[in-house]
Amino acid sequence: MKHNLYRYILGIADNSLILGQRLGELCGHGPNLETDIACTNMSLDLLGQVRSYYQYAAKIKGEGASEDSIAFLRKEREYYNVLLVEQPNTDFGYTMARQFLFDVYHLLFLTELQKSSDLTLSAIATKSIKEVSYHQRFSSDWIKRLGDGTEESNTRIQTAINDLWTYTDELFYLTDADKAMVEEGIGVDVATLKDAYYKTVSEVLEEARIEIPESKYFQKGGKQGIHTEHMGYLLADMQYMQRAYPNMEW
Amino acid sequence: MVEEQQHIDEILIPILEQVSDPEIPVLSIMDMGVVRSAIIENNLVKVKITPTYSGCPAMDVIGDDIKAALKKAGYESEIELILAPAWTTDWITPRGRKALEAYGIAAPLEAEADKDVLLHGKRIVKCPQCGSTNTRLVSQFGSTACKAQFQCDDCHEPFDYFKCLK
Repeated sequence: MKHNLYRYILGIADNSLILGQRLGELCGHGPNLETDIACTNMSLDLLGQVRSYYQYAAKIKGEGASEDSIAFLRKEREYYNVLLVEQPNTDFGYTMARQFLFDVYHLLFLTELQKSSDLTLSAIATKSIKEVSYHQRFSSDWIKRLGDGTEESNTRIQTAINDLWTYTDELFYLTDADKAMVEEGIGVDVATLKDAYYKTVSEVLEEARIEIPESKYFQKGGKQGIHTEHMGYLLADMQYMQRAYPNMEW
Repeated sequence: MVEEQQHIDEILIPILEQVSDPEIPVLSIMDMGVVRSAIIENNLVKVKITPTYSGCPAMDVIGDDIKAALKKAGYESEIELILAPAWTTDWITPRGRKALEAYGIAAPLEAEADKDVLLHGKRIVKCPQCGSTNTRLVSQFGSTACKAQFQCDDCHEPFDYFKCLK
């Protein structure tokens, strides 16, 4: 139970940490001031949520674990985020497509997590949902602007959606820890969110004049710690300070 | 346990009112509504604060500032960060809203009106400089997590709007 709960919390929090790190890469590099600030604001929200999750996870784990050791001192195989969130900021279209495809899931997930019998998780969910609904508004808005913008912006956002589509199915896959937590009344049965997810995503894409990809080939692995080639570089960057200057604090 | 009500020992109120939000110095943490309880137990003050936004970097500073203010008044203290019930902009006091406006930040509207502004571009946020409602959203995200960027189309001043959080 203790081990499963720990794994379960990491599965939730790692998504926010890795996406937060990706968004943070745009600090000072966003396409314009407003989007730069927006991406780093969303990053800050996600990292704030991560701190709450990791502080709780550290308490469960004991053995001298801290939010910092959990965030920075694990190896690649010990991160359980979905593959979607580790995909790079290829261009602003990819950044917004990744954000949108995750936000829709995130909002549905947190809505259910609020009902968790675990009071800490439900409190974090209730707090986070207010922030994440702003994220979804922002990313949906950009999907529409890019899709319904110029020929160039439409082509590029369509390419990003096509490329990232293959990572969406993993969101609804349950690991053994997930299943155990669902049985305990703590976890969310993500498989039940699938229909609502693709419905919302399709509505926005249609409004944005973006074609819904037909591909049925999906990749997964992140939830088991098997990542895409991008993850190692991301971690090298993210963990550098903690590896170079051990015991630094946030 | 979820505590809906604030519990603050009266003798502590004037001390806590001196502590301000480091990002909005005109606003005391009491008017911000982030102090949920402050109780004296055997000469130790136990304070519970709640973050406005999860990632609000001001929370650590606020905790330190509370400790320092209480110490000056002769109290040792313990700060605990609580998440439930989640902070809402409804907890900003009327005095706090006035302080925001005077500082150049438009105070949060009601939830429905806030949606109209942020989603449908409705022009109802009052410019804190000239009072006009001929204002438009520049970006849903602003200088801090709790604010959005606006511009007044009458006096042309850019300003921050404190987003409604419920």
